[in-house]
Amino acid sequence: MSSVTLLAAAGEVGGDFFKERTSDTLPCQAQTGHPFCWDWATENIDRFRSPTVEHLELVVISVVIGFAVAFALAVLAHRRNWLRTPLLAATGILYTIPSIAFFFLLLPVTGIGKDTAIVALAVYTLQIIYRNMMLGLDNVPSSTKEAARGMGYTDRQILWKVELPLAVPEIVAGLRVAIVSTIAIATLAVFIGGGGLGTQIYGGGNLTFPTSVFIALAIVLLMAMVFHVGLLLAQRFLTPWQKARSI
Amino acid sequence: MRTDKTRVRVLLAALAALALTLGVAACGSSDDSTTSGSTESGGEAGAIQSNPDNGKVSLTIGSKNFPEQEILGEIYAQALTAAGYKVKSALNLGSETVAQKAVKSGQISGYPEYASTALTSFFGLEPEEVPADATEAWEKANEEFEKEGLQAFEPTPFASANAVGTTTETAEKYDLKTVSDLEGVSEKLSLYGSPECRQRIDCLAGLEKLYGLKFKSFTPVDIGLRYTVLEKGQADLSILFTTDPQLSAESDKFVILEDDKKVFPAGNVIFVTTQKVAEEAGPDYEKTILQVQEGLDLKVVQELDARVELEKETPKQAAAAYLESAGYIGS
Amino acid sequence: MSATLIPFASFGGAIEFIFSEQTSNVTGGQKVGGLEQAIELTLKQLEVTALALALALIVALPIGLYLGHKGRGEVVLVGLANAGRALPELAMIALVAALIGIGLLPVTLALAVLGIPPIISNAYVGVRQVDRATVDAARGMGMSELEIIRKVELPLSISTVMGGIRSATIAIVATATIAPLAGVETLGDFIINASIYGDDGRLAGAILVALLALAIEGLLALLQRRLTSDGLKVKTA
Repeated sequence: MSSVTLLAAAGEVGGDFFKERTSDTLPCQAQTGHPFCWDWATENIDRFRSPTVEHLELVVISVVIGFAVAFALAVLAHRRNWLRTPLLAATGILYTIPSIAFFFLLLPVTGIGKDTAIVALAVYTLQIIYRNMMLGLDNVPSSTKEAARGMGYTDRQILWKVELPLAVPEIVAGLRVAIVSTIAIATLAVFIGGGGLGTQIYGGGNLTFPTSVFIALAIVLLMAMVFHVGLLLAQRFLTPWQKARSI
Repeated sequence: MRTDKTRVRVLLAALAALALTLGVAACGSSDDSTTSGSTESGGEAGAIQSNPDNGKVSLTIGSKNFPEQEILGEIYAQALTAAGYKVKSALNLGSETVAQKAVKSGQISGYPEYASTALTSFFGLEPEEVPADATEAWEKANEEFEKEGLQAFEPTPFASANAVGTTTETAEKYDLKTVSDLEGVSEKLSLYGSPECRQRIDCLAGLEKLYGLKFKSFTPVDIGLRYTVLEKGQADLSILFTTDPQLSAESDKFVILEDDKKVFPAGNVIFVTTQKVAEEAGPDYEKTILQVQEGLDLKVVQELDARVELEKETPKQAAAAYLESAGYIGS
Repeated sequence: MSATLIPFASFGGAIEFIFSEQTSNVTGGQKVGGLEQAIELTLKQLEVTALALALALIVALPIGLYLGHKGRGEVVLVGLANAGRALPELAMIALVAALIGIGLLPVTLALAVLGIPPIISNAYVGVRQVDRATVDAARGMGMSELEIIRKVELPLSISTVMGGIRSATIAIVATATIAPLAGVETLGDFIINASIYGDDGRLAGAILVALLALAIEGLLALLQRRLTSDGLKVKTA
């Protein structure tokens, strides 16, 4: 049994529980519309730790799944031309649907929570990566392919040893755009109970508390920048012979 | 402020707690697994005691997505954890209909509801039919709940109600003290309220139907903006809550109009759960909840609301501070 | 319970919500749902989208075209494009509501800000990709710089420019969906205030928003095809 500690009358809070508050003594965060409260921010920064981790989780899992599926689809469509238009159309449609609507269209099937968010985010990244991959593969000069064929490469070898390596800049560029977009969209996961930094923007009264919104925004932008720069460097490292495009 | 009366009460309570401890220590030293203490509901002075039996029971405490509700949810959740239960919280359920569905479907074990809301929203009472007495209101609501396999525990000391609020300037300009004073004036004034306000009889629907008021406009906004819109001059009138911390902290800026026709019934909070869960969870379930809400008078709730809405603490922090300060959970 | 049957049942309820008025989840007031309300909210979403897009075009298009013409500011624009993609719409709406105010004007502003980056960067890229020789020829023919932009560079880059406009529209329509948080009642209201409209209403809202977005994009795609002169029609992504 846990120990019972003796305290002042249970059921009655201590006299020092109450604070005197008047209009002029209200702390920064109580003033409506105050853009940023530094004191509150430094004291409460811990609050953002677990939402940030959740957010990263959502992004990484969605992008990995999206990339895998996009890769598979691109390889398929590259060979079978008849698949191109339907796949392009399908991914385009899914991309056009606003994420929040997409979450709730999935809801009857996947329920509330992280899973629905991940499926929707994965579909989004899928579209971007697929298009870029197709673009990359299509841009391989036919002369190069001819040369490879001349050297005795099978179609399969051409794909894996010639086309894909040459398409790497586009693929990494697509991955870059996809990750940055997903980091932003993942804030909407709060609407479907998926956690993430959106909880510090929309949940529990934060909607009207700019300090919290700004901090969440800063973390999102920081995350995006880290991934963006990281992937740019990876792109340059993987393909030193290409001038890296950055738009 | 400690008066002599308070000192005496403190002394008596301390003695009671001491006696209780000695009694408990004497009763069961080894694995006495039956719950100690009485099975009667109703609060006991003293800290919450952890009962190993409760560890077999998993509870999910829900609440509607409004600060006061979330604080209550946290208080109950933390208290039940201290009592030895395995507790999860689901504190963002939405409006009362969503919360009701969640309880009935078993998604949550229970949640705090306002007796007045239950009576008007679920059971179709007109606002004037809601009993002013907290116990009566609870009994009436419980009667109806029991028909649906649910159960409501006894009410908290504090009550909260909707209110029509405005700035002190506007109140002075149009000489507004009661809601009825808005007659003839309301056509010039804009009203801002929560999106569901239009549908609620204890909100816009009641103002139109029972007060016969017509407003220049009604704009739905997030509850969190109810004071911002007044301050920024966007809203002439705004739907506020009687437990709002801003009403005491910024009483020079905001004022609420008296509800002379009693369209906005005050509701004490009653914890709604299913009979099945109450049975399975054992007597500590109700006991802990009633015990821990004893300290929730209006002043305490306003302080808690102030900590969350003004100082932007989390409901979890505010609840923990309350439970500690009131001696329910030792430090 | 078959997992595949449940979704179908939900969709049935949602369709009903769109077409016939229902009693609200929160009792006591007016009925909700129905064709009239669906149309009202759709029109509101179109209104705020159109306004924001117009504002974004007025600001971004001239600047993007001009900078592309001059070949200046690539670094800034690239940064802008990337930053634009990284901006969460929820944060924009929240900040605008809390700092500027709620209502049509602040929301239009927020949406326009989200629409500017893709328009400006696509305009830049599009113009840069116009063959320099063509531009020089036009200059040689005596065209003024402004005429060159209007009569040569813009038509030749219209496909890319339209691509930017379409991206901007997607972002604006998506953010307009959460505009109810800032006092502008668009179709997103069904989703965000599901406590009033119920699960059926929420799904109905999702369906309507998806259809609206697809319809707008479809129209813009058609427009893009029309505007791209035949000589330039390449298989565009």
